[in-house]
Amino acid sequence: MTLLSHWRRHPASFATLFIGLAVATALWSGVQALNQQARSSYDRAAAVISGGGLRSIVGAQGGPISEAQYVTLRRDGWKVSPVVEGTARVGDVALRLLGVEPLTLPRTSPLATMEGVREFKAFMTPPWRALIAPETLAELKASEGDRPLTDRARQLPPLQANPDVPPGLVLIDIAAAQDILDRRGRVTRLMLAPKTEAPVDDLKAVAGEELRLVEPEEMQDLERLTESFHMNLTAFGLLAFFVGLFIVHASMGLAFEQRLPAVRTMRAVGVSQHVIMGAMLAEVVVLALAAGTAGMICGYAIAAGLLPDVTASLEGLYGAHVAGRLAVEPAWWISGLAMTLLGAIAAAAVGLVKTYRMPVLAIAQPLAWRQAHERHLAQQGALAAAALAVALLTYLLGTGLLAGFIVIAGVLVGAALLLPLALAALLVAGESRARSALSQWFFADSRQQLSGLSLALMALLLALAANVGVGTMVDGFRKTFTGWLDERLVSEVYFDATGDAEADRIAGWLERRSDVTAVLPFWKAETRLAAWPVDVFGFRDHATYREHFPLIAAASDVWDRVHAGRAVLVSEQLARRTRLAVGSPVDIPTSIGIWGAEVAGIYPDYGNPKGQLRIDLDALLSHWPDVRRTSYSLRVAPDQAAALIRSMQAEFGAAIGRIIDQSSLKAISTRIFEKTFAVTAALNSLTLIVSGIALVASLLTLGNQRLAQMAPVWAVGVTRRRLATLELAKILLLAAATACLAIPLGLALAWCLVAIVNVEAFGWRLPLHVFPAQWLEVMGLAILTSLVASIAPLVRLGRTSAADLLKVFANER
Amino acid sequence: MNQSLEKGSASIAGAAGVPFLRVVGLRKNYATPQGPLTVLRGVDLALPAGATLALMGESGCGKSTLLHLVAGLDEADGGEIWLDDVEISALSDERRAGLRRETIGLVFQQFNLIPSLTVASNLAFQARIAGRLDPAWQKELTARLSLDGLETRYPEQLSGGQQQRVAIGRALAVKPRLILADEPTGNLDEATGDEVLALTLELVAATGAAFLMVTHSSRLAAKLDHRLLLTSGVLTKL
Repeated sequence: MTLLSHWRRHPASFATLFIGLAVATALWSGVQALNQQARSSYDRAAAVISGGGLRSIVGAQGGPISEAQYVTLRRDGWKVSPVVEGTARVGDVALRLLGVEPLTLPRTSPLATMEGVREFKAFMTPPWRALIAPETLAELKASEGDRPLTDRARQLPPLQANPDVPPGLVLIDIAAAQDILDRRGRVTRLMLAPKTEAPVDDLKAVAGEELRLVEPEEMQDLERLTESFHMNLTAFGLLAFFVGLFIVHASMGLAFEQRLPAVRTMRAVGVSQHVIMGAMLAEVVVLALAAGTAGMICGYAIAAGLLPDVTASLEGLYGAHVAGRLAVEPAWWISGLAMTLLGAIAAAAVGLVKTYRMPVLAIAQPLAWRQAHERHLAQQGALAAAALAVALLTYLLGTGLLAGFIVIAGVLVGAALLLPLALAALLVAGESRARSALSQWFFADSRQQLSGLSLALMALLLALAANVGVGTMVDGFRKTFTGWLDERLVSEVYFDATGDAEADRIAGWLERRSDVTAVLPFWKAETRLAAWPVDVFGFRDHATYREHFPLIAAASDVWDRVHAGRAVLVSEQLARRTRLAVGSPVDIPTSIGIWGAEVAGIYPDYGNPKGQLRIDLDALLSHWPDVRRTSYSLRVAPDQAAALIRSMQAEFGAAIGRIIDQSSLKAISTRIFEKTFAVTAALNSLTLIVSGIALVASLLTLGNQRLAQMAPVWAVGVTRRRLATLELAKILLLAAATACLAIPLGLALAWCLVAIVNVEAFGWRLPLHVFPAQWLEVMGLAILTSLVASIAPLVRLGRTSAADLLKVFANER
Repeated sequence: MNQSLEKGSASIAGAAGVPFLRVVGLRKNYATPQGPLTVLRGVDLALPAGATLALMGESGCGKSTLLHLVAGLDEADGGEIWLDDVEISALSDERRAGLRRETIGLVFQQFNLIPSLTVASNLAFQARIAGRLDPAWQKELTARLSLDGLETRYPEQLSGGQQQRVAIGRALAVKPRLILADEPTGNLDEATGDEVLALTLELVAATGAAFLMVTHSSRLAAKLDHRLLLTSGVLTKL
């Protein structure tokens, strides 16, 4: 009761402690809820698509399997079930079609027991039925029973909502899928029933070299592709959590300091050390659980608020669909509260240990400030050096995404720990140059206050640096991306025909028109290199590519080599992943065997999670004879593009699956890009808000101590208004100085993101652009944050009566 | 007002010269949960330049309150306080601060030095913000207060006696016309307290300022020219 009464007398300290813990928990648990939601969506998708972790048999070169091969395997006793996979678009929504054959589905597959699939007659006979997640149904703005048209102008079977189907997926009978995807007589893979003995040699005996077995892990591309995105989110969540713990540490430390005399008195009257420690620990636990619960509720709200952006980001970046309604599991609550509890105990540890070690007869006075502060600064300097050394060593010796994040963590922690030293040096310099007594006091007093404010300023530094770093990266990405789009999307019109025959007819018509200067096919096949999915595009030799197509590295006669049919262009991420350089040989699995080609050039392919190869069109047709020949780009005078599109639509109507002009395509790409980084911007703002709260918390908790420091100055003739102005100036000065340091730190962070993390995570490296206007913005943000954070403490100072100040001097009245 | 002045002057019998400090009918109440508490019920006081006065009374009788009102740190509920020809009680907060800066030296029991400034900066602080720094006088004060060699130290690195000497130096550096001391030796042992008070009186005499000291100690009070007792909110002569 004696210990608890402290909080009743210091409600502001209690509020900051509670808010700190709640905010730390909210941001951490919010991010975790988002990650969990996305991962459970991938798992649902992976479980359905792989048939619950089953092995599959696929074409050895990545091509389709013929129905004849399937029949041969079944006759030989193989318990396999055919699957057809492909993508189709309905309006703007990309759908993944999964065609299955219910009668042969392995019993362990979640598909075998799924409602809708079990009703064989309705599922397997025309008009069939298409099972779809309710959220995807809503995204299509369709109702049950509707039969929307795909981009190939085929009707989907009547839609039926089924919550067990992962978002973005359409589950249909295999015959319907073959029809919609134009894959008659071919299947994508064969699902193998569990416990089927399937030695590779047996498979070779039946199918020769044409088929191979793949383990379920190889199917989980989505989880692997999105790993870096979730790691980024986790890193942000962790940063916010630590910033929140800064607040907790500061307010806990103050509370322990303020209660030392009470603890000493209790010990003196016979309360045992263990009882006091137990009470204090219990208090921390109760507080952590209460604030943690509030934080978890806020975390849920944050996650629900950010989910649309995250969903958009994941779909834009990886084509991954995430369920739109947030569902959290009990494990989320337990792990979130455990994290808060551990964090609170860690933040309180110093105070608890100090209380435990305190001798009963120690004099109740705080440690001499200067001595303690200098020792503290020296310790922080040593820790900063250690953190920076870890960052440097990891940069020099480490590899992988985790190493990238360790470098960033080392740099951020090192810089944050160096901040008080840098600010102290700045204030010492200011003090030595100060002319008037008041300005000298201003700098000296700021230095004294630094120890109390340093945690909050560190939090501000990290938040601002994250803003600069991520802002530089995103703006740099935007600049590069826009320039790259301009180079890449040179043609004025792009279209997909619904079938090869239709495409042929349209291309012929276009070639006869005088307004169309070039009809450029870009046909796509799929393969795998080093287990990664790779799209192979064939293109015709044309000035459009020779003059505009962006290349990072190339052989001198790159275009001639490619169009001679012996060399390929490789996307940057694929080149990095497979360690290919210009001149490297590369073995590419094709429909007809392995093609030994050479790398003639490497090109940027920002934002594409898959690898990509660009090859001569004739080479594509000879290595993938069954490739769909439906996609074209057209060169036409820009002002005639719209008229051409209208003419094509009038002439060919439903034979055109999709048609779009250059500016619309760029607008779509840019919109996807902007959505992709919306969540980053939101987390950036939240981190900044947390650092603002940390600053308010520190200023409020320092408020009482400040009276004792300001009262003597007031007594000798400095007005309260002047003191309040100086107080505000001090916070603004410290915030501005912190912002000045945050800018180089942010640039270092941007460099780490661009040069290490992006390369490891996505496989491409962006040029680092700097944006001085953004620095001004950050400076403004710092000033604004500190101004907002100063309002409450300054109002409190303004309301301080002479009587409150006199209490500092008065021993009696 | 003359009648009041005469009444106030009578309360420090024997004080010679024109009063520099005049307090007339001063009243002060405090709001408490039990209702208003009146600590000063019409205090009259006059103190000429160069005179020293000890103000005594029980704990909580209002001695420090009277001292704070005279310093312009607090506002009275009634009555007048004059410093020379300026009525402090009629001034704005800003003007009172200016008057305090230039005319009054304050010494507190808890020393109340500025912890972030060195001894030298603390000593010069008030004189510098008042724009009245006299380096020769500052040097003399440093020497007479035995603070030589301690100028670059910080308050926390000094003993209690040394800190109080810095506080006295700060109050005197501006060459004030009135020095107000609230239990200046209350935190010091008897020998150190005697030494500090003797030094203070010596320096006060050198500046010709009026000196008003709140104390509990009759022994220390005896060292000053005059003594008054504050009881039940009014002053009586001892």
